[in-house]
Amino acid sequence: MQQPIPNSQFLIPYCLHLADTTLILSHRNSEWCGHGPILEQDIALTNIALDLLGQARNLYQYAATLMGDEFDEDKLAYLRNPSEFKNHLITERPNEDWAVTVLRQFYFSSFQHYFYSELKNSSDKQLAAIANKSLKEVAYHLRWSSEWVIRLGDGTTESNAKMQNAVEVLKDYTDEFFVMSNEEIELLQQAISVDLSTIKNNWQQKINEVFAEATLQFLYSTQPKIGGKLCQHTQYLTDLLVDMQVLQRTYPNSVW
Amino acid sequence: MQVNFEELFLSKIDKEIKIEPKDWMPEKYRQTNIRQISQHAHSEIVGMLPEGAWITRAPSLKRKAILLAKVQDEGGHGLYLYSAAETLGISRDEMTDQLLTGKAKYSSIFNYPSLTWADMGAIGWLVDGAAILNQVMLCRTSYGPYARAMVRICKEESFHQRQGFEILLVLSQGTDEQKAMCQDAINRWWWPSLMMFGPTDSESTNSDQSIKWKIKRKSNDELRQQFVDMAVQQIKVLNMTLPDADLKWNDERKHYDFGAINWDEFWQVVKGNGPCNKERLDARKKAWNDGAWVREAAIAYAEKKKKSLPQPLQGGALKTA
Repeated sequence: MQQPIPNSQFLIPYCLHLADTTLILSHRNSEWCGHGPILEQDIALTNIALDLLGQARNLYQYAATLMGDEFDEDKLAYLRNPSEFKNHLITERPNEDWAVTVLRQFYFSSFQHYFYSELKNSSDKQLAAIANKSLKEVAYHLRWSSEWVIRLGDGTTESNAKMQNAVEVLKDYTDEFFVMSNEEIELLQQAISVDLSTIKNNWQQKINEVFAEATLQFLYSTQPKIGGKLCQHTQYLTDLLVDMQVLQRTYPNSVW
Repeated sequence: MQVNFEELFLSKIDKEIKIEPKDWMPEKYRQTNIRQISQHAHSEIVGMLPEGAWITRAPSLKRKAILLAKVQDEGGHGLYLYSAAETLGISRDEMTDQLLTGKAKYSSIFNYPSLTWADMGAIGWLVDGAAILNQVMLCRTSYGPYARAMVRICKEESFHQRQGFEILLVLSQGTDEQKAMCQDAINRWWWPSLMMFGPTDSESTNSDQSIKWKIKRKSNDELRQQFVDMAVQQIKVLNMTLPDADLKWNDERKHYDFGAINWDEFWQVVKGNGPCNKERLDARKKAWNDGAWVREAAIAYAEKKKKSLPQPLQGGALKTA
């Protein structure tokens, strides 16, 4: 008999939320592979996609151990429906253009940087270890994306306009980073999850700092979109998963 | 004393001393290397497309990670090769322009479509397998920067070939549908892979001089034969078949005989009439045109920084928090 794992009713959805978010953003970034504007940057964004995929795998594998023998990372990624995914909505948005892609990465990497800096102190040893390992990767993601936000913001008139448009496109999607789900509130009592309210200011400060150098104007949302963690998604996620899950769904129970 | 540059050049070739960027070289040698290295670089970049199409659909997270890393490696190979070609006095932008205007070629194999997941296996096993034979030879090519780029590339390519074979191996031991998918991909990629080595020696216009200058070390037909002999052994492990009724061991030659290659098809694809020539070039043009504003902004920003920073540059543009 397997011992029931304390907090697993909260810990499992928490891990899935973290895993889904990194998987879906990895997927979006990977769509650029072979199509980037500069060969070096194509390679750089693919690196980020690979890192995020690695983080997703660590988190799915951990969730699977909590869920029991019949689960594994692929079942969790490939055989759940859109209505079971818990990723942030910002990650499922289409790439649109390089400006939106880079800005989204910057928002997300800034968030991940402060988030993992806290999660590495989690009382859950596995999550702490994943956070610690991922933090080193995120330092690079943050440096790369900040540099590109600045370069494009302060580049040409055209690039500045495209970046400012990206700010507009993404303005409703960043508040969700800081909304606590029920499981996060529960897990916080045992110092497992991160108190998101404590990192919001740092995040905003980082954005302001980089935007000042990039000569960009930050826009606050009046209608934040925050359903992702509650499994309320856009059509974009359905389309993404139809593509991603096609082989597992078409040929069930096959080994690849 | 009058130095005869050409004799010096030929004596280096003779003594297996690499030719380096600042050395004197015949103009034809320079042009041949530019043509070959840039075509090779373009092949890596265009080669990202057929496999890149399956990254989002890879059937497991492990396969996705491997494929993503593999396609990224190809981008990296393109980068080393463009750099090697630049040492001969051509810029990357000029080479890109030659690709996009159709002046420069890339390997015709990438003008075939990747229709199923098994194609990821067949491309790795057959296409990378054929490429490796050529590239192992090129590790000893006479132009130094090209030879050194090849040494690095070969290490990664052998991993690519193994991962391709492993995809096929798993499929070959899978369900009936997976086995059929595996055989179908081998059937479609086999002949185009044989064509990768180029025209037969009697038809190959660039070969003789390239062998004299040790740019190439083996003829197209020698490499093709080596590939066939290798594949015949490996297909047995997969328990699949190669789509050639004429394949049989020739005890006199100590090699496998194989059937006639459809050279009409080969030349059609080279001339731009293959199944995906237009799609591949359109994808490259789109990436290049859509990315123009990014490249312009990067240049404009770098110029601004140069002007505004008379004092020594500080580490990076910003501190990470």
